[in-house]
Amino acid sequence: MGVGDPVGMANAHALASGLGGMRAAGDLVARMEMTRGMRLGEAKKHVAGKLGVGEADLSDPLVMHDVRAKLGLGRIPVQELTYPDKPGAIEAKFHVAEVLDIPINSVARFRERVGWTGQRRQTAAARSRVVAI
Amino acid sequence: MEDRIRTRLADGSLVEMTPSEIRADLEDGTRAAAGRSKLPPLNDDELAHLHDIFCSNARFSAVDIGDEVVLSFDGSGNADVGSRVEEMTVYQNHHGADMTELWNIDYSYKAIKTILSYESNLMKSCQLNLVAPCQYGAMPDLGRYSRPDGPVPNWSELLPLGKIAEARAAQEEAGEYAARDMVFVAEAMAEAGADGMDFDTAGAAGDGDFLATLRAVEEIRRRFPDLSIEVGMASEFVLGMHGGLEFKGERLAGMWPHDQARVAAEAGATIFGPAVNVNTRRSVAWNVARAITLVKKCCEESPIPVHMNVGMGVGGVPMTPYPPIDAVSRVSRALVDLTRMDGL
Repeated sequence: MGVGDPVGMANAHALASGLGGMRAAGDLVARMEMTRGMRLGEAKKHVAGKLGVGEADLSDPLVMHDVRAKLGLGRIPVQELTYPDKPGAIEAKFHVAEVLDIPINSVARFRERVGWTGQRRQTAAARSRVVAI
Repeated sequence: MEDRIRTRLADGSLVEMTPSEIRADLEDGTRAAAGRSKLPPLNDDELAHLHDIFCSNARFSAVDIGDEVVLSFDGSGNADVGSRVEEMTVYQNHHGADMTELWNIDYSYKAIKTILSYESNLMKSCQLNLVAPCQYGAMPDLGRYSRPDGPVPNWSELLPLGKIAEARAAQEEAGEYAARDMVFVAEAMAEAGADGMDFDTAGAAGDGDFLATLRAVEEIRRRFPDLSIEVGMASEFVLGMHGGLEFKGERLAGMWPHDQARVAAEAGATIFGPAVNVNTRRSVAWNVARAITLVKKCCEESPIPVHMNVGMGVGGVPMTPYPPIDAVSRVSRALVDLTRMDGL
């Protein structure tokens, strides 16, 4: 808390102790703390298990770049990595909910408002679940 | 003759201290906290680790690989760059934010209620454009409900007049208004797809402020079982502006972080943010030793994740708009290394 204080010290904290957000798996670990109230160790274990990686990989941007691509979990859109067939933000969150096995509020509201009650066609990555690095 | 180490005071200014002076500050900081809170002081190993962190002239310090924690980045949706939604995309894409927060410059739930349709539509835009979780944040801000800004008699005016009963009744009435507004905003934000709510600087106006927050959290949890609820504090212990308020039979006034975390969890919070204010006349090392002493038990015992407040002027971070990175990085590392907290 307070890490994002205006004209403050966001980058110093991010470099000193942060999981790296979407550069790695920080947003995914955060979701387990937020949605399930899991303490950090349990949250890291849960996410690593669901992604099929080691806990130490969760802050590694090289490993997570491939994992996120394969599972459709969203990547930071920069020119050379942005492909039209890759999921955008809300689309990626459908995958995040499925892979982590948690409800995501915006995904649930999106479903509800487009009147979609059926099952989503699973991605190949979500079907296989376990990722070989 | 001892080396001189470049280090900081908690007002951000650069000073030189010897390793012995830094050690003395660390010992004094933990002793000061332990004396007030009756919590155990840091042991020799812990003080030695802090001494290593602070007795270095390196510009930056960081946790070991694998020890990283979740950063909640409340206050990330500034309008520094274009719109607030754009700013949060910047935080997600360029600052490595694990979580983001939409907020308004009038950071109070009472104020947000009047512009809620605008704020909740912005939340919708955030949710369509972000992958990282995005919560909505503001202060419970109980003082806003007192006259002349609000409908309730001003307890800060009543107390000096000796009108204790009237001051207490005013705080209780204000608490009901505040809890209602917090739930009202949360309901709209949940409809807009928010991942969570942040009640920032809870207890800023004392135990009435904290109780209003806990009651709002209880009701929001009842209505939205999966919504994240973060309760961040305003100072290390709950001020007894009322003095007699209880939550589930426990007196709130005088609670230290470990008890605050427990009642926040009982109310239904999923993340707790302890706050320890800095003494700007002392060194960052003194302030960090003091802060860790006050929150260590909270980190050990809390049933929910603990994200320490480490913005300007809290947790050991210097009280200045541009906190130097040498100081911030040492605070960040020291807190994580010694408390194994879940986030910042």
